[in-house]
Amino acid sequence: MSLDLTLIWAFLIATAVFLYVAMDGFDLGIGILFPAVSAKADRDVMVNSVAPVWDGNETWLILGGGGLFAVFPLAYATILPALYMPLILMLLALVFRGVAFEMRFRMVTARGQLWWDRAFSWGSYVATFCQGIALGALVQGIRIDGRAYAGGWWDWLTPFSLLTGAALVVGYGLLGACWLIWKTGGELQIRAYRLARPLGLATLLLIAIVSLTMLVLSIPFRERWLSFPGILVGAPVPVLVGLLALRFQRALERREELMPFLCALGFFLLSYIGLGISLWPMIVPPDITIWAAATHPSSQAFLLAGAAVLVPMVLGYTAYVYWLFRGKVTPESGYH
Amino acid sequence: MLADYLPSALDLARAQFAFTVVWHFLFPAFTIGLASFLAVLEAFWLTTGRAVYLDAYRYWLKVFAVAFAMGVVSGLVMSYQFGTNWSVFSDKTAPVLGPLLGYEVLTAFFLEAGFLGVMLFGLERVGPRLHFLATCLVAVGTLISAFWILSANSWMQTPAGYVIDANGHFAPQDWWAVIFNPSFPFRFAHTVTAAYLTTAMIVGAVGAWHLLRDRSNPRARLMFSMAMWMAAIVAPVQLVLGDLHGSNTYHYQPAKVAAMEGHFESERRAPSILFGWPDAQAETTRWAIGIPGLASLYLAHDLNAEVRGLKAMPRDTWPTNLPLVFWAFRVMVGIGFLMIALGVASLYLRWNDRLYTSRWLHRCAVAMGPSGLVAVTAGWVVTESGRQPFTVYGLLRTADSASPIAAPAVAASLAAFAVVYFVVFGAGIWYLLHLFNQPPRPHEAGPPTGQPVRTAGITPAPALAAAPNAQPAE
Repeated sequence: MSLDLTLIWAFLIATAVFLYVAMDGFDLGIGILFPAVSAKADRDVMVNSVAPVWDGNETWLILGGGGLFAVFPLAYATILPALYMPLILMLLALVFRGVAFEMRFRMVTARGQLWWDRAFSWGSYVATFCQGIALGALVQGIRIDGRAYAGGWWDWLTPFSLLTGAALVVGYGLLGACWLIWKTGGELQIRAYRLARPLGLATLLLIAIVSLTMLVLSIPFRERWLSFPGILVGAPVPVLVGLLALRFQRALERREELMPFLCALGFFLLSYIGLGISLWPMIVPPDITIWAAATHPSSQAFLLAGAAVLVPMVLGYTAYVYWLFRGKVTPESGYH
Repeated sequence: MLADYLPSALDLARAQFAFTVVWHFLFPAFTIGLASFLAVLEAFWLTTGRAVYLDAYRYWLKVFAVAFAMGVVSGLVMSYQFGTNWSVFSDKTAPVLGPLLGYEVLTAFFLEAGFLGVMLFGLERVGPRLHFLATCLVAVGTLISAFWILSANSWMQTPAGYVIDANGHFAPQDWWAVIFNPSFPFRFAHTVTAAYLTTAMIVGAVGAWHLLRDRSNPRARLMFSMAMWMAAIVAPVQLVLGDLHGSNTYHYQPAKVAAMEGHFESERRAPSILFGWPDAQAETTRWAIGIPGLASLYLAHDLNAEVRGLKAMPRDTWPTNLPLVFWAFRVMVGIGFLMIALGVASLYLRWNDRLYTSRWLHRCAVAMGPSGLVAVTAGWVVTESGRQPFTVYGLLRTADSASPIAAPAVAASLAAFAVVYFVVFGAGIWYLLHLFNQPPRPHEAGPPTGQPVRTAGITPAPALAAAPNAQPAE
């Protein structure tokens, strides 16, 4: 029996991308919530709650890009040119945001602080919106000729991709609010509870709209989701989202602290699985499968040998760092 | 036609890569050395318990946090740039280069990013020993990162361990040969040493700047002294490493060396041209002033050896911008000699007990502050422009490597990069200069965390109390 390395790698890369979405999602969400929280002390707590971990969170994005290059080079070499504009814009927004992290605490004047706060918040919005656009454009499909992107440089701009962009902004905002419920207390936590409810509602609504739009717009998606046997695999996903929504509602009512965050992550995970069901086994829809995009087998094996040891280590010390900075962040305690 | 005068998408993509990578490398060139410097300072603090080391550590930790963040976000751009702008190159080389970059992310980036948080915010939480471990892991992470990325870069210069498959893609055959390709050991040693010198020049300049104001500041004395030891010992070592790297390049990339030297004719007792202007059209170096025989001596280590000139090689393998390669090389080497001179002067003055009082030495050290960054950039220009017109030397042309992106899109993104980098990194560097201008104080605070600013003199007690043999600063 031979191991299908491509399959293993597809699973690993998909996991890395999801870890990125889950982890950078809440810290981008912090920036998305900035306009709703104006007091400097509250904003300091918000940023402090992610300051020790944001860098590690963003590294999963590098692994997503680097991993595609390493094991699915054809996907890397076609998706990135196709999504040229939104990806470059995302990178520039992350530049603003990453530097703002370090700089906003160091400004002595209110004006300086205000500008870096803006850089942080706008950077978070633009980066998230662009990620959502990139996702929508990828789902809609990328025109390929031979081994190269064959479309123009505005192909990514469609009503659907704008919709997914907006949906991701709302969704990351929800993750950010739930993170704050978990990691803060007092007034800021109450504010976060108040934000989480409408954001949760809007997220669910947008998940529904995006899903239905996909079914309406695309015949392959419709066939996969609504015909037998696809419906057996697909049907549990929306049902689980519904159940999770009820649990989320109850968690907010009972003022639970960790559960809203877990539910929000659950919404993302289920949407992500739904997306996987829609696209499988395509990595660059509509034409390129994971096997067609895969690199040389010896390259897959060489990197997998290391990844088998290194990925658990990375997860281990990442968990350790999160554990180290566990507990509530307050204006008094902060991180020294 | 107007279009004839506009830069092509390829030119723009090259300009964009050069712009973003030069900006990017300014930060790691500084932080690779700074991370090791911080590890050494903390080790001294732990073993001696002298507060001056902790103060210096905290002073430079604030700098490190800002410089490292700029390195991370500008590096993120690089990891996507291969795909956005060089998709054909990516597709063809990914089976070889992809795993190297994958290993860089898995072995280095996560390590650095994970423990940076502990390093910046965790001293009170984990205690000094574990905190020292975090500092060391970050420092080792920067070196591991340099290992992989320079291996990948070296493979593009001296490809090895591969076969070209039926589709014209590079396929790996021998990973050991790929990773330890012929130019890699030399490039790695030369580049890491350059990074250490870059840090030494900056640390030395900051120490000297504060000695000029207050020559009794013990923290400024410490920084300056340590930096001058580096200059005195490592700058001469770098000269030797550079010479070895040059001989290696001469063997594998003779056209690059010919461009560096401005040699068009092949000759015995080849001169080392000090100044001149290589003219590709006329196939000669104009206004050349040289030392006969010297190039044969240091390239082939034999005065009578024949050194091959550009004319001995096919015209379409010549580096595309000869004066750039030629002059960038002279800038790099010139600065290297200045560093050696600074190190020797510091040794002499140290011997005479005037290291902390010689104002002209301090002024020279301040002036040399950015020299490492300039030298590193010039060195990068030499090796990368010297690799042209290929991306994978001799095998894949730059013209056949770019993405099918329209010129206006590349022009727009290049303009956006230029604006954002100058604004954001300009502000970051301005802030770093502001930090450099602050004298290193006793009881230096850690990185600010949005807390009410601690006035100097209020001790961050738990950390100090936890240190072995904690003593007052002076």
